[in-house]
Amino acid sequence: MIYLDNSATTKPSDSCISEINRCLKENWGNPSSLHIMGFNAEMAVNEARNKVARLIKARDDEIYFTSGGTESNNTAIFSAAYSKSKQGKKIVTTAIEHPSVLEPMKRLENEGFEIIRLKPSASGKVSIEDIEKTIDAQTVLVSIMLVNNETGATQPVEAAARAIGRNAPYALLHCDAVQGFGKIPIDVSKLGVDLMSISGHKIHGPKGIGVLYKKKSVNLKPLILGGGQEKNLRSGTESVPLIMGLGGATDDLKDVAKNLEKMKELNLAARKILLDTGIVLLNSDDECLPYILNISVPGYRSETLLHFLENKGIYVSSGSACSKGKGSYVLSEMGLDSKRIDSGLRISFSRFNTVCEIEKLAKALIDATAVLRKAK
Amino acid sequence: MKEVILIKDGELSLKGLNRRNFEDKMVSTIRRRLKDLGEIKITRAQSTIYVEPQSEEFDFEEALDRVGYIFGIAAFSRACVCQKNMDDILLKAKTYLISTLSQVKSFKVEAKRADKAFELKSPEICREVGGAILSACPDLKVDVHNPDIVVNVEVRDYAAYIRAGQIKGAGGLPVGTSGRAQVLISGGIDSPVAAWTMAKRGLTLNAIHFASPPYTSARAEQKVKTLLSKVAKYSGTIKLAIVPFTEIQEQIARCCEEDYFTLIMRRMMMRIACRVSEKDECLGLITGESLGQVASQTLPAIAATDEVCSLPVFRPLIGMDKEEIITISRHIDAFETSILPYEDCCTVFTPKHPHTRPKPGQCSQAEKGLDIESLIERAIAGIEYSFIE
Repeated sequence: MIYLDNSATTKPSDSCISEINRCLKENWGNPSSLHIMGFNAEMAVNEARNKVARLIKARDDEIYFTSGGTESNNTAIFSAAYSKSKQGKKIVTTAIEHPSVLEPMKRLENEGFEIIRLKPSASGKVSIEDIEKTIDAQTVLVSIMLVNNETGATQPVEAAARAIGRNAPYALLHCDAVQGFGKIPIDVSKLGVDLMSISGHKIHGPKGIGVLYKKKSVNLKPLILGGGQEKNLRSGTESVPLIMGLGGATDDLKDVAKNLEKMKELNLAARKILLDTGIVLLNSDDECLPYILNISVPGYRSETLLHFLENKGIYVSSGSACSKGKGSYVLSEMGLDSKRIDSGLRISFSRFNTVCEIEKLAKALIDATAVLRKAK
Repeated sequence: MKEVILIKDGELSLKGLNRRNFEDKMVSTIRRRLKDLGEIKITRAQSTIYVEPQSEEFDFEEALDRVGYIFGIAAFSRACVCQKNMDDILLKAKTYLISTLSQVKSFKVEAKRADKAFELKSPEICREVGGAILSACPDLKVDVHNPDIVVNVEVRDYAAYIRAGQIKGAGGLPVGTSGRAQVLISGGIDSPVAAWTMAKRGLTLNAIHFASPPYTSARAEQKVKTLLSKVAKYSGTIKLAIVPFTEIQEQIARCCEEDYFTLIMRRMMMRIACRVSEKDECLGLITGESLGQVASQTLPAIAATDEVCSLPVFRPLIGMDKEEIITISRHIDAFETSILPYEDCCTVFTPKHPHTRPKPGQCSQAEKGLDIESLIERAIAGIEYSFIE
């Protein structure tokens, strides 16, 4: 099997699995219990909290566990918008956010908020000038993803932070960092974000666990009410096994910067190998996060290609995993032509992939197009 | 571009002949706290300490954060090193601060000339540097009264430095220059603040905590450790003694009049703390008492506890209101931990009507039924030590 769909999900790492196992067997207490079993579970949760905090240079008490990136995005956007609605109703975001940002924005729009959706350039990146022009004193929330999930294009989040500092005294900055966390070094204070969403299963952790980073000085009303866990921001008994699993996965990341260097080499090799086939166009430019490479094979539909590759044991994605076969709105926002959009494939790497696997992918693509050409 | 951290010492410059000892202590603290960030060179001149990183990868942000926790420092800043000529100063003024200046609307320049032989006078340096910055960032405005940012230019003996403002340091005296004392720590709001306040005056800290399992839980102990770790960010490593106190409390409850319970308990704590201090070479005790706050903190009650104490007791919060204490508690990031709701050894066995005005001698009368010596010996034998970083 050649797994090249790591932006959809990743294989759980060894420490992730062993931590979950350890929790379910030995440390299955409820962190809220007053007795020692509760204490031990609480300590395990806090240890994982510390691991995540260190990875993004945050304080431990700025890390809130949620059920995943989608919940983190929903909580951040709705809570921030409602808590700031007295100061203004203007929200700035991009047209290429993940659906878990776009859909909450749609609802807020129906409720009377003004939503500005910035469009990307052909490179997939929103421009700094647009961000600076759009963010003003009426803006109360800015939500920009760190890395686009389909193309890997990194977005100028820091520029948004600067623009807010200068022009928007009431605005909070939220960043969907699901595709960037654990892949590029993040320092939340340098990035200048108030809120940031993280998911566990994109970095070889378990599904069903995510994190909302909330800067200490920011106050949010919770969306989920109950027993007051996670300092009242996210009630519900903590998912200790998944939290410990996420902690284990962050241990296994070791050096994020070093991994990124290796990934750059792999990505560079992949670009060359795929271009050499003569049938592939690259939709990710070379400034994109090297973990993601979006390509098109004009003339052949994404889904057909995907299933051909699948037959050879190679797993990739058409667009994002969440869009399930619909044409990619991200590629279309970038202004690519319909031929290119219809034949888009997302190759996404992990530290376990090799150049040899990419050579096999290239060969499989050539074989697939040869067969499909005959069928036409 | 070469950068340094400039550190100005505070009260130290008022010291006389022993000033060097204080400075040495501070330099060694700085060196130790920054050790894992890479090799650094530290030099001193004109009551300023210069920290020069020797490698490209030096994490300045982290280093500045840590310097903010070192006592003895009045102010510090990150600065760019320039050659001592206007060409180089102007060149670097245009580029060095560009990202900071792009986030603000107005600025002003302040110049200082320690080297009076320098080609320009301070106002002239200001004018030229201001002009250079304006040419690089045309959107900025000069505002001499209420600027968003102050750009400082300092011409010193060997080089000139450009920086954007400075950060207020932790103040006080370098830890270790005043000796070692032991803080009685409960888990409440006051004792960590007392510990921090005395560390600020140069004391190295030990800590002693009285635990009463099963009346108190592992969480209460963890809370104490977390609180001490907040203080240790400033004071450096703290040696913590956890004393098993259950037997003593049970004995007091059984053998003594109820109204005297708290007073006798405090006296037992003081006795044990003095013994442990002797063993661990602490010359004083620190408590978080504030006059009149609770029954055991009235003047007669304090007198009754001091009767059994052979060491000086520092009570830095004695004249503070709760609000003032909470302000410091928040400042050192201890408040949220302090208010976690776990039982501590002071909240179990609390008498209904505690004695607030014991007369001299009454307490020793009331504790007559206790075998004080053997209780203390057993408690001390059961101490568990740990080191809090």
